[in-house]
Amino acid sequence: MSDFIATLCSQLAAKQPISVIGGNTKGFLGGRLIDEPLSMREHSGILSYEPTELVLTAKSGTTLAEIEQCLQDARQMLPFEPPRFGEQSTIGGVMATGLSGPRRMHLGSARDCVLGVRLINGLGQHLKFGGEVMKNVAGYDLSRLSVGAYGTLGILTEISVKVLPMPEIEQTQSLECSQAEALEILVRIGRHPYPISAAAWIKGALAVRLSGAASGVASAAAAIGGTSLPDSETFWAGLRDLSATEFHEAGRWLWRLSVAPTTPVSAIDAFCFDWAGGQRWVMTDPDDYSPFDIVSECGGHAICFAKDRSEGTGMQPLEPGILSLNQRIKDAMDPHGLINRGRLLGGTH
Amino acid sequence: METGQLVAALATGVHADRVLFQPHDVSPYECDGLTMFKAKPKVVVLPETRDEVCHVLRTCKALGVPVVARGAGTGLSGGALPHAEGVLLVMAKFNRILDVDADARIARVEPGVRNLAISEAVSDLNLYYAPDPSSQIACSIGGNIAENSGGVHCLKYGLTVHNVLSITIALDDGSVVTVGSDALDSAGYDLLALTIGSEGLLAVVLEVTVRLLPKPEEMRVVMAAFDDVTKAGDSVGNIIAAGIIPAGLEMMDGPAVAAVEDFVKAGYPLDAEALLLCEVDGTREEVADELARVESILKESGATMLRVAKNEDERLLFWKGRKSAFPAVGRISPDYYCMDGTIPRKHLSLVLKRMREMSERYDLRCANVFHAGDGNLHPLILFDANNPDEVKRAEDFGAEILELSVEVGGTITGEHGVGVEKINEMCVQFSSDELTQFHTVKAAFDPTGILNPGKAVPTLNRCAEFGKMHIHHGQMPHPELERF
Repeated sequence: MSDFIATLCSQLAAKQPISVIGGNTKGFLGGRLIDEPLSMREHSGILSYEPTELVLTAKSGTTLAEIEQCLQDARQMLPFEPPRFGEQSTIGGVMATGLSGPRRMHLGSARDCVLGVRLINGLGQHLKFGGEVMKNVAGYDLSRLSVGAYGTLGILTEISVKVLPMPEIEQTQSLECSQAEALEILVRIGRHPYPISAAAWIKGALAVRLSGAASGVASAAAAIGGTSLPDSETFWAGLRDLSATEFHEAGRWLWRLSVAPTTPVSAIDAFCFDWAGGQRWVMTDPDDYSPFDIVSECGGHAICFAKDRSEGTGMQPLEPGILSLNQRIKDAMDPHGLINRGRLLGGTH
Repeated sequence: METGQLVAALATGVHADRVLFQPHDVSPYECDGLTMFKAKPKVVVLPETRDEVCHVLRTCKALGVPVVARGAGTGLSGGALPHAEGVLLVMAKFNRILDVDADARIARVEPGVRNLAISEAVSDLNLYYAPDPSSQIACSIGGNIAENSGGVHCLKYGLTVHNVLSITIALDDGSVVTVGSDALDSAGYDLLALTIGSEGLLAVVLEVTVRLLPKPEEMRVVMAAFDDVTKAGDSVGNIIAAGIIPAGLEMMDGPAVAAVEDFVKAGYPLDAEALLLCEVDGTREEVADELARVESILKESGATMLRVAKNEDERLLFWKGRKSAFPAVGRISPDYYCMDGTIPRKHLSLVLKRMREMSERYDLRCANVFHAGDGNLHPLILFDANNPDEVKRAEDFGAEILELSVEVGGTITGEHGVGVEKINEMCVQFSSDELTQFHTVKAAFDPTGILNPGKAVPTLNRCAEFGKMHIHHGQMPHPELERF
């Protein structure tokens, strides 16, 4: 155990509160930390990676950039195409927030790709759950539970993820249509086993990315129609990292709404959808929390992505039965409530 | 607790016909697919409504009576082994497919619905449910949730946890909540991931929403024989290194091939030391491309024989051999004991070599079937249950294989669950702090511990006892008993 980890453990064992961050690129998500955060960046490095095993293990402070470079050398990738909002983005932060990019609809989410973690629980115990193999059902799945927990169930120190080969080729078909027509098209083509790896609607056009063997991509592109989108890599990165101009509007708040992909367009006034309709992006006036009500009617949840929100967590209020289970899980992992105080479960707005 | 008193309390909320307690009525439920362990439940309840399930839970919680939920009873780790002092909650009558939404590609089903019945029900819509454990003809989706079941196609299509959108569960106090939703993720902690694979220790499943996939346009399988298991193992790595994720990638060793060929006549070559089945699927064009690449990689990896199934019948025959491996081995031995460790694939030849040594040392035959793509190994230890010494040796042999799996960086169970069977080996894989963390998470759901007690996570006392006895390996009396 490194001195750094040992210090964190002993501090928690002495019941001193700790807050941690990775590259501090997603600090605007969730509630504001009460305690001065400690950066995990120095706890960095890839611990093991063997391309033929399809598994990579890294310390949580390792940057996404370092991991992706390493994977790229072997023509592999993180399947869930993680969003990054800065160069310092770490694998720990990626897992703590549990965000996934456009490929999520096809190859699964950040949570789906996690095989194991090491974490420090609220008692200062450094524990290992899951492992470095694809199939593992020994013990409760506390590794996947910790994905998207914003670090509040334990300080992630090591993460093992499933990786996959990069597709042979990728091509994006663009079809001009309304948002409602786009959802209809996706329902139709979704019934065929086309190698679709992403599907989003923005600026009056549906973009469908196809990934795989050249012949399969070509035949699917012909069947789907539309025109081939030039510079599609920039297009998808713009959606993944919210760097496209549509996601930035001065004096407005950005919201991510997660809903059933077939939710009608009439229910949500989105300027963009991703994940074939499962992730919708909405703008509101500042301090307008109506997205919470809108999604609760269609059975989803909303997260506020506004950088200038100062109160609450910006997270969907939980229904009582689920809230109670969430609180009991938090108590089980961090009984004295020491880790990342204020980040989650601290009221919504 | 007197049986009569328990039955009377249950009967206030469950129809009397659905409460069984006479010895001849409860006997059929005394074990699941792991027949080495048996216990007669005090009472069996076959509820037909949610209210009845919740009544059973409330009643049992109030009386401090254990509740074990059971699906189809095909589990291989004793997860549904009844508790002698408790209620066995048999969910078989929750067998309706409630709704299929072809546009959204989801199905809402009750937990007693058989895995294969889902795919059959949506087949006309050109859809299917991907996880396909070998027992899929009989096993229930509720049981799949409990075990996080996989199948031969899970390297590409994932496990149960990757194919379920939401579950409605009854908690220990009879309250009902839904975790997950029709959206791809949910607010709060990922309780869905936590509940799936929790072996019935956290909640009872009442309803499941699964994700459906469009059926591949085409599936082709190639069979490759090798004169050496290491070469076969390396060929798997070579396929993956070439950027190909096959839909299925299965391996059998010589003894398994011999048993299967004698039973199924699948056309497997009897002189092979290892046999690989590799399936590719997708659109016609993709399949043609990928198949050609796989064939050339297998050839370069030293395959002594290659055969592509020439039609759908032959493809199914190739798979029938693999899927019949367990009953085939059952024909050549009075009993067999199926292990379930997962290992990093690179250690395959080491693990197989060590298992051959164990086979000689314990003087028991062993046949291996292997989900080669994901490293999940199923050694089948052959023994005779009427010979107590062989039973003992088979158990010890199995335990040593599991410990070897942990030693090389793997796990004691890839897809069958811990149940009662591997509970001692949990002490090898996890530290006492980790086991304690599991217990506190369990208590967050079920503070009085009425749900499936004694399974999946050992008490620290049990580990202490096991650790001590472990030194005198092979002499532990009555390993099925809870210690202290």
